[in-house]
Amino acid sequence: MKALSANIERFGGVYLLPVALAVIAFVLIAQPSTWVTLTVAGLAMGMMIFLMASGLSLIFGLMDVLNFGHSAFVSFGAFVAASVLAAMASWVHGESAALNLLALMLAIAAATALGAALGWFFERVIVKPVYKDHLRQILITMGALIVAEQLILAIWGGVPIPVPRPRVLEGSVVIGNVAIETYRIFAFVLGALVYAALHLVLNRTRVGLLIRAGVENREMVEALGFRIDRLFIAVFMAGSALAAMGGAMWAGYQSLITPALGAELMILVFIVVIIGGLGSIEGSLLGAIMVGLVANYVAFLFPKMALASNMILMMAILLWRPFGLKPAVKG
Amino acid sequence: MNAILRLDDVHTDIGQYHILHGVSLDVPEGGVHVLLGRNGAGKTTTLRTIMGLWRARRGTIIFRERVITAMRTPDISRLGIAYVPENMGIFGGLTIEENMRLATANGSFDKGRLDRVMALFPAMEKFWGKQAYALSGGQKQMLAISRAIIEKRDVILIDEPTKGLAPSIIRAMIDAFRDIARDTTILLVEQNFLFAKALGSTVAVIDDGRIVHRGGMAELAADTALQTRLLSLSLEAH
Repeated sequence: MKALSANIERFGGVYLLPVALAVIAFVLIAQPSTWVTLTVAGLAMGMMIFLMASGLSLIFGLMDVLNFGHSAFVSFGAFVAASVLAAMASWVHGESAALNLLALMLAIAAATALGAALGWFFERVIVKPVYKDHLRQILITMGALIVAEQLILAIWGGVPIPVPRPRVLEGSVVIGNVAIETYRIFAFVLGALVYAALHLVLNRTRVGLLIRAGVENREMVEALGFRIDRLFIAVFMAGSALAAMGGAMWAGYQSLITPALGAELMILVFIVVIIGGLGSIEGSLLGAIMVGLVANYVAFLFPKMALASNMILMMAILLWRPFGLKPAVKG
Repeated sequence: MNAILRLDDVHTDIGQYHILHGVSLDVPEGGVHVLLGRNGAGKTTTLRTIMGLWRARRGTIIFRERVITAMRTPDISRLGIAYVPENMGIFGGLTIEENMRLATANGSFDKGRLDRVMALFPAMEKFWGKQAYALSGGQKQMLAISRAIIEKRDVILIDEPTKGLAPSIIRAMIDAFRDIARDTTILLVEQNFLFAKALGSTVAVIDDGRIVHRGGMAELAADTALQTRLLSLSLEAH
């Protein structure tokens, strides 16, 4: 067993898991074009969930805060993006690809900025009074989530809202007999860029170094002379902004959104955070890709198992690695 | 001798438990000063209270004529007090370099101080780019102490640095601490009396949250009966 583990580590360790999953799915699906479509869909879905989960993972890891209200930022991001896109309908549906993309970027930027602002408010008013008290954190953040959903209901109404997709991202790219939705490619690229940016910030800057250290031992960071409470606000705002960005992307992906969107995604987001390892961006990415691939492959192969599939994935990974695939804290 | 750090009637509670019952202690400037006591006597609580990690309910802590009792931990640290906790506080996922860089004021190393650290603990240079979780217990302790001295500090609070270490590592620690104490005051919490005796110039003994003895280390080391009374020590135990 030890030799097997050593060999797995030598060839990429846990990073091999999505590859192994894809290979197994390739054998089971037995239709290369379907497999490619499902794989791209899984990767795109994974990247959007990564956007939502990465912030929550850092908030969990650094601040030890169980924020069940995180999905409120996802919902707000989706609805703000939908409103911005609707207001810019002429750009969204126009002939100019540049204006199409600009409209989408503005929608994502508006959602992200609102997410950051709401994150600041949420941390200062709702979370700060309940630091170090998990039970109260759960109760108060769940309460805040319900309030946020009701606010969305009051502002945007209860009827599902259609989300216009920019013209340039409609349709598919056809390669041979494989058709890949353009929006999925865009979602994957955006997610990859955000991951690269996060990776650079965490590994190449002093703030990133402080965040990584704080995830492991907050008290020691303070004993070295750093105000961790200031870091908490920044991380919470960034995490909320990323969730809203993920919500904005998800809105375009789904084309129809309801106030319950965030809450529906939250289960997947928590699964990603848990199987990835608290406070780990690499773990969140790995977990999100696994969840995206499993959701798509299982929905095709065993539709009745679609809902349970990611729960089974989480249980299997936790039995194997109780602290997740890439835990940030090392002994 | 002038006290660089002074505790006056300090009381600290942890939850519902009253741990420090009026600790008064003067730490003279320069050298190694030892706080001895059995398990649960209040040694760690004293260090954590000085650092502001636990709040004193009553009493005063003065560092260089400045009252620091109610200050935040980062502000106390920035005044020039370093802390090496019992669990060493190493960031396992960070490299040796990153662990030490975090302890610098502006993210860059002073070459002279870095050279001194490397001379004291050559293992730090050897494992410079490695993640700290892979170090042995002794190497982690060396890293924790290296991190405390990579910047100029006036006082270093060190909590049981020899716990679980091999005798050869402890001997290396004694040499390192003697070197560090040339320009830094060390307040050392210890249970290893031989280690404490080899380094300490003064000693205070704490029991049940109160200082029950203060004086020179040489006098305590020479008085077996006093050791037995204060610390339940016997020569056979060493």
